Amino acid sequence: MQIEQPFSESGRPLPRRTPTSAPFLDGARNGKLRLQRCPRDGFFFYPRPRCPECLGDDWTWEDASGRGRVYSYTVDRVGLDPTQRDRLPLVVAIIELEEGPRMTSNVVGCAVEDVRVGMSVEATFEDLGSETLVLFSPTA
Amino acid sequence: MGKRAAALVGFTEWAPERKWERPMFGMEACAALAAEALADAGIEKGAVDGLVTGGLQDSPMFSPLALAEYLDIQTHFSEQVDIGGASSAGMIWRAAAAIEVGLCDTVLVLVPSTPAPPQDGAEARKMVMPPYLAGDAWGSPQGIYDIPYGLVAAAPSFALVATAYMDAYGVTPEQLAKIAVDERNSALKNPKAVFKDKPITVDDVLASPMVCDPVHLLEMVMPCFGGGAVVVTNAERAKKAKHRPVFLSGYGEYVSHKTVTYMKDITVTPAKPAADQAFRMAGLDRSNVDLCSFYDCFTITVLATLEDTGFAPKGQGGPWVAERDLSFAGDFPLNTHGGQLGMGQGGAAGGLSHVVDALTQIQGRAEDRQLAKADKAYVTGVGGLMASNVGLVLEGA
Ligand SMILES: [Zn+2]
Repeated sequence: MQIEQPFSESGRPLPRRTPTSAPFLDGARNGKLRLQRCPRDGFFFYPRPRCPECLGDDWTWEDASGRGRVYSYTVDRVGLDPTQRDRLPLVVAIIELEEGPRMTSNVVGCAVEDVRVGMSVEATFEDLGSETLVLFSPTA
Repeated sequence: MGKRAAALVGFTEWAPERKWERPMFGMEACAALAAEALADAGIEKGAVDGLVTGGLQDSPMFSPLALAEYLDIQTHFSEQVDIGGASSAGMIWRAAAAIEVGLCDTVLVLVPSTPAPPQDGAEARKMVMPPYLAGDAWGSPQGIYDIPYGLVAAAPSFALVATAYMDAYGVTPEQLAKIAVDERNSALKNPKAVFKDKPITVDDVLASPMVCDPVHLLEMVMPCFGGGAVVVTNAERAKKAKHRPVFLSGYGEYVSHKTVTYMKDITVTPAKPAADQAFRMAGLDRSNVDLCSFYDCFTITVLATLEDTGFAPKGQGGPWVAERDLSFAGDFPLNTHGGQLGMGQGGAAGGLSHVVDALTQIQGRAEDRQLAKADKAYVTGVGGLMASNVGLVLEGA
């Protein structure tokens, strides 16, 4: 099986830059969580050329609040992705953003044991060299 | 009531093996599986006019074409099914549907799990379960928005579901662990099971290493090599079969997402719409079912399936499981072969093991774990990350 995932210099998997993902990744690079918003259906994630509700293409990119809450989470104790083993224990979480959509991310900036469903979090950013990840930490 | 046009009449199933001692390619495995299943059914290869399979690593594109050529079978129906772990169950209803509409008379469902001969244990493991699953291609949303955050393989996804169940319904670690214990009790009576020699307790499960909170090692399936095949034929030919024909009287399928993050509600799985469709088609009530065989990659998969198929009230799966014995000897026989948790997951054939479990019981071939009454069964397949569900209502002739 061919693994086509791009990797950072430290060996971490990178989000692949495509014409569709670039505005999101550029936002992250500049410390902004950006979301697409359809004039009829509201915000959606992940980035797509067509709104997943109405398949319209008249959406706009907007800066999101960066605030959300933990919808669910797990703690990877073994490093199911071997390239992430130096991050263990790794909190893999679903974040429900204030604007509505959910995204996959990591909760950082607190003890693993303190993470709870429903806890308030805000976006923070991790520079991986050529790309930047959008992570979340407990709201200050 | 229900459909009576197509019946499952024969099968073969290889014991799941953690180390594959018989290196062979997918098509070589298919030929062996076909020979064994047809012999079990008492049907000649020449009668086969339909082929259904999953992807073959040795011919990932056009698998059914390559197989028709390799087995020298001419078909009126050729299908490659790819809905993850639900594929095997999905193959069964597609075979039956093709027979029902009169496309063909006899379909071979072939599910090998063997990739090209592995070099060693580590290499084999990688080929069975690559960490990035199928989400690594150019532009795949999974590759861009999930994989970089460590949402890879299956365990974190099912763990996210389990966390949500615990938060929403108060499901306890003990209740989830009990599912693995009951399944192990059935596996002890299955000579083909990987874990046939060792009973376990709830404490054993909770003491096993935490892989992804709240999922312990003993709540996860053991990936193995294996293989299985089933012969589906029309009602007329089924009368001449060697074993009791088992009709597929109802079936349902539902696919809703790939990554758990984008489920509408993470505690509501595709099992419900699939089950509603299957039981409606069969004209059967849940209470008529003698046994269930539910896809069980993780204990939470079983609990969620019990609720969403309507056997346990929504949100009450935890106490419901605690009050019952789910083993073959209990009051709610579930996965009497030991499930994939107890028997092992023979690659893609792990999903077929639930079909074979029901067939074995209904045909009265379950030996030490045979149920006193086994005429009607409900079988599920779960694919991807709680993303697809297939439900099959099986009834003995
Ligand atoms: Zn829209």
